Amino acid sequence: MTEIIVVTSGKGGVGKTTTSASLSTGLARKGKKVAVIDFDIGLRNLDLIMGCERRVVYDFVNVIQGDCTLKQALIKDKRLETLYILAASQTRDKDALTLEGVRKVLDELIAEGFDYILCDSPAGIEKGAHLAMYYADRAVVVVNPEVSSVRDSDRILGLLASKTEHAEKGDGRVKEHLLLTRYSPRRVAAGEMLSVADVQEILGLDVIGVIPESADVLSASNAGTPVILNEGTDVSNAYSDAVERLLGAELPLRFVDAPKKGFFARVFGG
Amino acid sequence: MGLLDLFKRTPPSASVAKERLRIIVAQERGTRGGPDYLPLLRRELLEVIRKYVKVEPDAVKVHVEREEGQEVLELSVSLPGKAAG
Repeated sequence: MTEIIVVTSGKGGVGKTTTSASLSTGLARKGKKVAVIDFDIGLRNLDLIMGCERRVVYDFVNVIQGDCTLKQALIKDKRLETLYILAASQTRDKDALTLEGVRKVLDELIAEGFDYILCDSPAGIEKGAHLAMYYADRAVVVVNPEVSSVRDSDRILGLLASKTEHAEKGDGRVKEHLLLTRYSPRRVAAGEMLSVADVQEILGLDVIGVIPESADVLSASNAGTPVILNEGTDVSNAYSDAVERLLGAELPLRFVDAPKKGFFARVFGG
Repeated sequence: MGLLDLFKRTPPSASVAKERLRIIVAQERGTRGGPDYLPLLRRELLEVIRKYVKVEPDAVKVHVEREEGQEVLELSVSLPGKAAG
């Protein structure tokens, strides 16, 4: 049984690709056979975050148009045996991707016995985002604790409830999860940032993960390593927890409380 | 927070953000799935009503209900209380 998961957000720059890279890597590390697809046609980026940019020969659109086989286009991850990446095309032709084309590729991946297919959605609510979510069974909605990101996510939730195959056929709905990124417990404690509970209350979603704001995300992307593999860091642990929850585990949230300050810090600020 | 900060305390911005989001999200959910003209209709209705009564920007609510093949457009306008009006 293959599960199709879309990683989406509406707003750009909130961490969709970072999240797609880490969740797919995390699932593969648990022994699952995983394909992660970059749906951002024209703006290929997942390959860079996964560190396989120099091995891209064929892309998603090449497969759809029959220029190559799916096997030729799937890039096998260097670190994990069961992880495959399908790069976005860099064509400027937005019509290169079609619902039928996407269905064909997904069906082939399902026939190949993949456990999970992650669809890394482009920003916005245009065609690319629609195609990325259309066949999804589940959605990971990536949100920053910030007003525009939360509002855009709510738009995306509206689309998930109406413009997906499950919604149109009426055979159940896409299961939605909230993943908060760039979370700063210190700023939440100071009343400067929306808390997990605030965002959860506004959007009405269950939380699959809270990723703390951290310099480790940039250094991982600089190196082309999914940040979940930077063992021992809070971000890595937070993404690992999210993977466990995707697989059905119930874990308490970590990295959501501000570290206790010492006496001097409290008196003199800092 | 240090001693000096105690003297310049402002209301926490997160609670302002939450309140603003609560209102706008509720409003946008109300018109979701309805015809595309709903937001414009709402805005124009608000303008007309404001010619006569001073109402809040979120006083007009537009909602489409679907019941057994027919659609019902529901409008509600909350007028200001006696004291405010």
